[in-house]
Amino acid sequence: MSTAVLQLIINGLLLGGIYALISIGLTLIFGVVEIINFAHGEFLMLSMYASYWLFQLYGVDPYVSLFVVIPAFFAIGWAVQRIIIQPIIHAPPLNQIFATVGMSLVLQNAALFFWKADYRTVRTAYSTVSFSGLMISTPRLVAFVFALAIIAALLIFLKRTYTGKAIRALAQEKRAAMLMGIDIYRMYKIAFGIGIACVGAAGAILIPIYYAFPTVGAMFVLIAFVVVILGGYNSLVGALIGGLIIGMVEAFSGFFLSPHLKEAVYFVIFILILLLRPAGLFGRA
Amino acid sequence: MPIWGRSILLDLENISAHYGDVQALENVSLRIKEGQIVSIVGSNGAGKSTTLNTISGVIQSSSGTIEFLGKRIENLPPHRIVELGIVQIPEARLLFPYMTVLENLELGAFNPQARKGTGENLEAVFRLFPVLEDRKNQLAGTLSGGEQQMLAIARGLMARPKLLMLDEPSLGLAPLLVKQVFETVKEINAQGITVLLVEQNVFHSLSIADEAYVLENGRVVLGGQGKEILSNPQVKEAYLGI
Ligand SMILES: Nc1ncnc2c1ncn2[C@@H]1O[C@H](COP(=O)(O)OP(=O)(O)O)[C@@H](O)[C@H]1O
Ligand SMILES: [Mg+2]
Repeated sequence: MSTAVLQLIINGLLLGGIYALISIGLTLIFGVVEIINFAHGEFLMLSMYASYWLFQLYGVDPYVSLFVVIPAFFAIGWAVQRIIIQPIIHAPPLNQIFATVGMSLVLQNAALFFWKADYRTVRTAYSTVSFSGLMISTPRLVAFVFALAIIAALLIFLKRTYTGKAIRALAQEKRAAMLMGIDIYRMYKIAFGIGIACVGAAGAILIPIYYAFPTVGAMFVLIAFVVVILGGYNSLVGALIGGLIIGMVEAFSGFFLSPHLKEAVYFVIFILILLLRPAGLFGRA
Repeated sequence: MPIWGRSILLDLENISAHYGDVQALENVSLRIKEGQIVSIVGSNGAGKSTTLNTISGVIQSSSGTIEFLGKRIENLPPHRIVELGIVQIPEARLLFPYMTVLENLELGAFNPQARKGTGENLEAVFRLFPVLEDRKNQLAGTLSGGEQQMLAIARGLMARPKLLMLDEPSLGLAPLLVKQVFETVKEINAQGITVLLVEQNVFHSLSIADEAYVLENGRVVLGGQGKEILSNPQVKEAYLGI
């Protein structure tokens, strides 16, 4: 394999880890709470700003800010579920769409109002390392490692702990979960909290390599939707692998086509999956 | 609670329930005494599952009261009702198909009281259904129909019920397995668990019931001892075809 191709694969994977982290949060919320969180991208935006301001005002390194952002965004997710989603949990799908789309618009406009449309980023001291001809950007590598570590922790939590098993059970057979004594509304809050904590973590590790601005979430959430559909709606492992694939697609299409065409490429993938394999790569019908 | 005679475990008084505008239960009253097997029979759509779901708190009753061990429960959420010891094994089993047999059983013991005794309870259900122990690492969705029903019952038992409610446990099983299910229900009852059994298999379920109720169009039309109802001419004609 040529160094150029290897370089593209590495670039793609490093990017894909973050996409996977964002998408896993979206998948978890969709699979457990059965809500499409159209405001998912806005929570990414909020956490990017959170890390940005923690750095600007208090000099907190973005990777250190993770330890504040993750619990804080879990709490935010919990509260959003309790206050906004729970009252509409039995409402028709259209009302639910209005609720999360509405939340997305409110958050975007609030960000615009408070922080203006400026692009903001955190320049860290971490630089690029080169390794037998390959260039690896340290912040991207660190972001990738954090993303995978968080995903691994989440998968282990769901696999091993009682609460994790209850969340999986609820996603598989809600009525049985209720009949086995699982408080489903509590599990919804935990699942929404975890989903938002994941996207929050993604924002914190993204700020050293990208810019925060009020509509930054829109672009990432589009990618996340493609990943979720590619991965199969309700599969977290699917979202992980889907994220890595989409990262590589972006790297390769950016190199061989044009970076400006990446949205068009996502769209083509999106349509192809819906035509060829509507359940996604790892979906269960 | 009376010292002699059996105390009343569950008491439904004039329970009505609706799906939207459609009334599914109308003034249903029934009593279950501790240690009994009580059976509800009735044709498809009579309201049997609705009755169980109302007791479980999955469906909110529109009027009437439900008392369990003297405590009103009709406004409690399902998980609180499970904690009190009322456990339902739902129609069509509703296992967690992508989880192992063992995980399904662990989830049966989700409520805090039951969880403390998980190890002990596991041994007990494996004694009752040895095949589940052989299959404990297999995904529930890949079990045979009979094994799935065993797992559904075992999962319910893991919750340490005082009152176990079974919704058509014999549905879709081969005749030999049907017999086995009713034997199992008797065995569970013999261990001191009160049973509320919902069945369309009228003959078998009335044969093992201490008391029984016949439900038609959401109303209790007949109630009494199991044997008595089994020999009732109208029941014979309507449900047993004799
Ligand atoms: N989820 C539901 N929505 C609307 N109607 C329902 C629902 N479930 C049951 N019903 C209606 O309520 C009545 C009682 O149903 P059910 O309790 O399931 O009867 P059974 O268990 O005796 O077959 C039936 O007329 C049925 O059509
Ligand atoms: Mg039924």
